[in-house]
Amino acid sequence: MSDNQKVIEIEVLRYHPEKDKEPHKQVFEVPFTDDMSVLQGVQYIKDYLDGSLSFRWSCRMAICGSCGMMINGEPSLSCQTFLRDYYPARVRVEALSHFPIERDLVINMEGFMEKLESIQPYIIPKEPRTLQEGEYLQTPEQLNEYEQFSSCINCLLCYAACPQFGLNSSFIGPAATALLHRYNVDSRDGGKAERMELINSEEGVFNCTAVGYCSEVCPKHVDPANAVNQNKTISAADYFLRFLTPKGGAK
Amino acid sequence: MEIYKADVVIVGGGGAGLRAAIAVAESDPALRIALVSKVYPMRSHTVAAEGGSAGVKKTTDSLEYHFNDTVGGGDWLCEQDVVEYFVAHCTEELTQLEHWGCPWSRTPDGHVNVRAFGGMKIERTWFAADKTGFHMLHTLFQTSIKYPSIKRFDEHFCVDLVVDNGRVQGVVAIEIASGELSLIEARSVVIATGGAGRVFRENTNGGVVTGDGMALAYRHGVPLRDMEFVQYHPTCMPGTGLLFTEACRGEGGFLVNKDGYRYLQDYGLGPAEPTPRNKAMELGPRDRLSQAFWYEQQKGRTIEGLHGSVVHLDLRHLGEEKLRERLPQIYELAEQFMGVDPARAPIPVRPAVHYTMGGILVDGLCAAPLAGLYAAGECSSVGIHGANRLGSNSLSELLVFGKVAGVEAARFAKSVAPGNSASLLRQAQAVEQRILGLKKKTGGTERIATLRKEMAQTMEDGCGIYRLAETMQKTCDKLDELKARFRNVNLEDKSSVWNTEWLLAIELEYQLDVAQAMAYSAINRRESRGAHQRLDGFELRDDVNFLAHSQAHYVADGAPRIDYGPVKITKSQPGTRAYGAAGEKAEQERKASHV
Repeated sequence: MSDNQKVIEIEVLRYHPEKDKEPHKQVFEVPFTDDMSVLQGVQYIKDYLDGSLSFRWSCRMAICGSCGMMINGEPSLSCQTFLRDYYPARVRVEALSHFPIERDLVINMEGFMEKLESIQPYIIPKEPRTLQEGEYLQTPEQLNEYEQFSSCINCLLCYAACPQFGLNSSFIGPAATALLHRYNVDSRDGGKAERMELINSEEGVFNCTAVGYCSEVCPKHVDPANAVNQNKTISAADYFLRFLTPKGGAK
Repeated sequence: MEIYKADVVIVGGGGAGLRAAIAVAESDPALRIALVSKVYPMRSHTVAAEGGSAGVKKTTDSLEYHFNDTVGGGDWLCEQDVVEYFVAHCTEELTQLEHWGCPWSRTPDGHVNVRAFGGMKIERTWFAADKTGFHMLHTLFQTSIKYPSIKRFDEHFCVDLVVDNGRVQGVVAIEIASGELSLIEARSVVIATGGAGRVFRENTNGGVVTGDGMALAYRHGVPLRDMEFVQYHPTCMPGTGLLFTEACRGEGGFLVNKDGYRYLQDYGLGPAEPTPRNKAMELGPRDRLSQAFWYEQQKGRTIEGLHGSVVHLDLRHLGEEKLRERLPQIYELAEQFMGVDPARAPIPVRPAVHYTMGGILVDGLCAAPLAGLYAAGECSSVGIHGANRLGSNSLSELLVFGKVAGVEAARFAKSVAPGNSASLLRQAQAVEQRILGLKKKTGGTERIATLRKEMAQTMEDGCGIYRLAETMQKTCDKLDELKARFRNVNLEDKSSVWNTEWLLAIELEYQLDVAQAMAYSAINRRESRGAHQRLDGFELRDDVNFLAHSQAHYVADGAPRIDYGPVKITKSQPGTRAYGAAGEKAEQERKASHV
């Protein structure tokens, strides 16, 4: 390490259920270069300073969705947040808000997985087709209807940003709604009616108070707030239609 | 110890594992499937694949062309009967993925679009912008939720296979959240754990890519085949090794040296033309492009950067609009990680380790030479990549052979009776004692991270783009030393919940085994072929002695034993591997001689 090596303080929220009653902070001094991410800083701690620090990571390039953390209080992917942007001040790293902490920076995301599974996140074909018949035709415009909502990497930053999810963890929340919307507006899909029951339910979109912070923190420009709001409109229309049509409106 | 009973266990939840799980579920809904993955499936490294997936699509293309590109690209070390099966099933599998919702990029009339890729004669690479692997993985994962017979064991880390009565009958896995070990009994096992690129220092791979499944099979006597063939991708981010997809060049990007010169024309890939011509210049195969970089560096024509020498990937002439549409992720990576706007400045790049061509020896039905064991995807060596993989063949491989592995594992499971549970449990308990012992041991002095870094450095030093006997020998010796030092490892963390230091130690042990198989296979191959290039008197391909697959056999507490197996040739005799104008001339001569 050269003499002019810069050193930044990283404050980490530690919690070990086998020995800690509650989370506590610990500060590490980490030498860094300007191209180092917060993830690389945390990796440095694990490799050289404290092997017991636990966190999730893998791809290092903002696509696997593993390394979400609160960085100075903002939900962020640690791999694409850079230490240089905090230096010379201390940077604070904590587990994502609104989720139970399993250990250190690792949250329990079982609840999200259940939500993801509950929305039937797969094509329910409008018109079944055999492989011999080839691909469904889908124009670039039709692709454009859902492509953005299919870009969610399940990093959960939007849940950590969502005040309603913080108050009521059964709220289906931004990412799962975006995914539901992604399938509903796919020209190949005919499963909207089945999915709308969930949207209209107590866990559905009307929990959202339109703060919009979810879209702000989304690293993939999915804009889940947009999906939620479109579904409020659809859901409201369903509500009125169900009095007028025998099938209850959704189709 | 918890015991689960399944019929088929699949280890690995990436593209191949998910495709295998769906294939088992569809072939018999009554079969109980356990899908074991050390991460949530959508975190698997398939997610990072960018450019696309190959399958014949255009009317001007043919299965024969795809076959020829693949076999020639692999420097004739491919199992040609398996390649024939592969190319014949790619398009059907990609169409299946389309039916399952994959957002493939489209032509204006709504058909799936294809793009050019390195070493491919005709455009046949299906793509979803430059996030193809991400979309394929999420489509497969979300589709897998439809099948109630797939029981997922997310964040369960597989630590051993259980072999009894001559066949594999289950696995032992750690539940990461609790640190508890479980036995999952099964009548067949599919390994789909991906590659091992993290044994090298500078690589494109995610942290999870540690060769686990290769080591699991290897330690149970299954050979690892063709492990010396490790692919360097020519265009990666200096320092981190993050990938800039080959699609950058498929869309028309240039590679230039410090003088702004498209240097590939000096390495048998020319002539340089303003728009990309397939199988020429920037659309040559990865091994040749990485080798050309090495020579440019020797000649002093590269640019010195903070993280070593670089050349420039120049995309400026494509314009911002096209870059945002076709290469949006690349655009953001360059901007956010390097502060480079690729519409306005060239991107500094250098080669990094990307892909493991070799792997668990399996036949064309994905069966390993251990009854009940199957493997698919990067962890396996089914024989389609030979000595150098073509870009966009690996994503198709996940689908085609993931399905085969699933169907075959299902068939095998139904053909055998359940095992002797008492005997399986005794074995699993012995595994548990060994694995817990690693954590409980005291008095060690070696740090995991130190050993891991020394391993990665020695692999880069000895098994890089060009290789010499002397440095390969040093690497072999260093790996022997690191294995010895591993026995003296010290874990600071003795706890149970989310003990990642413990998992890293187990991974490191896997990595050292796989690295040994690579290094010893490399030093024994006294020729140059595909990604294995020597500069010490073995510069040429030697079909007399080395048109053969290497097989590394595990030897406990010693160096691997290397022997060789035959290469299956059906219709393409080994020929000159040429690209650019020379390639076109060679192809014409080949055709003429067949008339």
